[in-house]
Amino acid sequence: MHASVAAVQFQPRKGEIEANLDRMAEIFGQLADEGLPDLIVFPEASTTGYFLEGAVYELARSAGEYAEALQQRWRSAVSGARSADVVIGFYERDAGTVYNSALYVTLGGERPAIRHVHRKLFLPTYGVFDEQRFVTRGRRIGVFETSHFPSAILICEDVWHSICPTIAALKGAQVMIVPSASPGRGISGPEIETITQWRNTLQGAASEHGVYAVYAGLVGFEGGKGFTGTSMIVAPDGRIVAAGQRFEECVVRATMDSDAINVARARLPFIGDLHDVLPDLLLDEELPVPRGGHLAR
Amino acid sequence: MKTAPLTTYRGEGILPPDPLAIDPALVESWLVRFIADELVRGRGMRTAVVGLSGGVDSAVTAYLCARALGPENVCCVRMPYRTSSKDSLDHAAMVIEALGCRERTIEITAAVDGYLQFEPDADGRRRGNVMARTRMLILFDLSQKYGGLPIGTGNKSERLLGYFTWHADDTPPLNPLGDLFKVQVWELARRLGVPSEIVEKAPSADLVVGQTDEGELGISYQKADPILAYLLMGYPPETLVREGFAPEEVRLVHHRVASTHWKRHLPTTAMLTNTAINEFYLRPVDY
Repeated sequence: MHASVAAVQFQPRKGEIEANLDRMAEIFGQLADEGLPDLIVFPEASTTGYFLEGAVYELARSAGEYAEALQQRWRSAVSGARSADVVIGFYERDAGTVYNSALYVTLGGERPAIRHVHRKLFLPTYGVFDEQRFVTRGRRIGVFETSHFPSAILICEDVWHSICPTIAALKGAQVMIVPSASPGRGISGPEIETITQWRNTLQGAASEHGVYAVYAGLVGFEGGKGFTGTSMIVAPDGRIVAAGQRFEECVVRATMDSDAINVARARLPFIGDLHDVLPDLLLDEELPVPRGGHLAR
Repeated sequence: MKTAPLTTYRGEGILPPDPLAIDPALVESWLVRFIADELVRGRGMRTAVVGLSGGVDSAVTAYLCARALGPENVCCVRMPYRTSSKDSLDHAAMVIEALGCRERTIEITAAVDGYLQFEPDADGRRRGNVMARTRMLILFDLSQKYGGLPIGTGNKSERLLGYFTWHADDTPPLNPLGDLFKVQVWELARRLGVPSEIVEKAPSADLVVGQTDEGELGISYQKADPILAYLLMGYPPETLVREGFAPEEVRLVHHRVASTHWKRHLPTTAMLTNTAINEFYLRPVDY
């Protein structure tokens, strides 16, 4: 099995949801002209911009609203009955609660089909970040079926906690989709330090578990903070098979193939090993995990 | 028979090495993009207005603006007072000539003295502040005239040491250099090709004849900047002393930072309601 993927390095206009959706439609059109991929991934907070503070309550929308809005744009931009899966990062409102979420939706059919909504678990609230002040965290990592590979979405800091890719892989994910908004820091060498950290993190997660990592990064400056982009697609052996430039809007494309997953997992059968060992690790009573309704120490 | 001793590999000290290391090419490209993105895309303006003092900070700022916007969209303004050093004017002229940007020279003596005639006893510090605030008045007015924005020139060292005039040097809405220490600005200046006379001279606000930053601060930037860098990373002053920094220099720098937090903030507003601006009503600058 194989599937083509495009990570779109995107610079939204702050708070202008309609304009940003229209720009996504332009990109749908470009991708359709160039050869429609099976999966199109936009970054975290791609419909509004990332740093919203209290404006998040004005700008949060439901996943259903975005699914409909994207379907409408798809119809205007892509001719015929062609369809593809699209992931966008967005601020979600659901029953009065606001999340930093990503929507996975299949567009182009009669109705948009929502396959999954991931709510960011790890909300950075340190230094320049203030997410937990404004939004509520998600509670689980879901692995869901798509028209190609079983997939999981992890948003930005979710991936930095290595337990998240591990759980996704244990639950059967073969593709890890990572919408992100990473403000660059670190000027001591020719590459921005946070970009190097991202590469290491994604390559480590992909190669440890034998999964594809599809990373779509926001670009542009918001109040002096420059989002670095550097979208990339990492193969299950840890190789970066396609990557975009820092700071530039662009599209990063590659093909994902089950052979590559099989070969990588045969060479490093870590995920199989973990399946065997995991029960012992989780039964360790010193782990701070809930047991019988109580938090063990 | 005794075997040869094992080779020992020793770890580095506690403090991370080279806290001030920069890649000047990376910083240049980052800041050029910052100016273009924040000024043109974010605020819909094309013109930068830069007050050129003849020093390295404003020279670097002008070079970055010229690269980001084209020299025709940069207006460099020289604002001498009657006691300003001739070198300051000449060095500013070198920048203008090298960049080929627009230029204005506006003598501030009449404006400054127009006020100070009523305060003849004002000391050097007050006079310097009046000059700095007069210059900012001009930069904002010219920005309105040219449909642009003033671009700040303050660096991280002087911001941390509180070595600037509040609501003067710190007021421009965009500041490319504010997260760079002075020694890093020097390195960036060399990369950009700023004339060496400007890069190598002793830094001075030139508000009083013979004034230098080092003379006023009591420490050079070469000595202060590593201390500042480590303090901001979170290393306590005692650790810096233990690792070999001079105690009196650490004390001086730490005191200056700790006593000037207020200068890095907006004015304190009395909070009376649940909708106090910037306390409860929180909106980002670009929204």
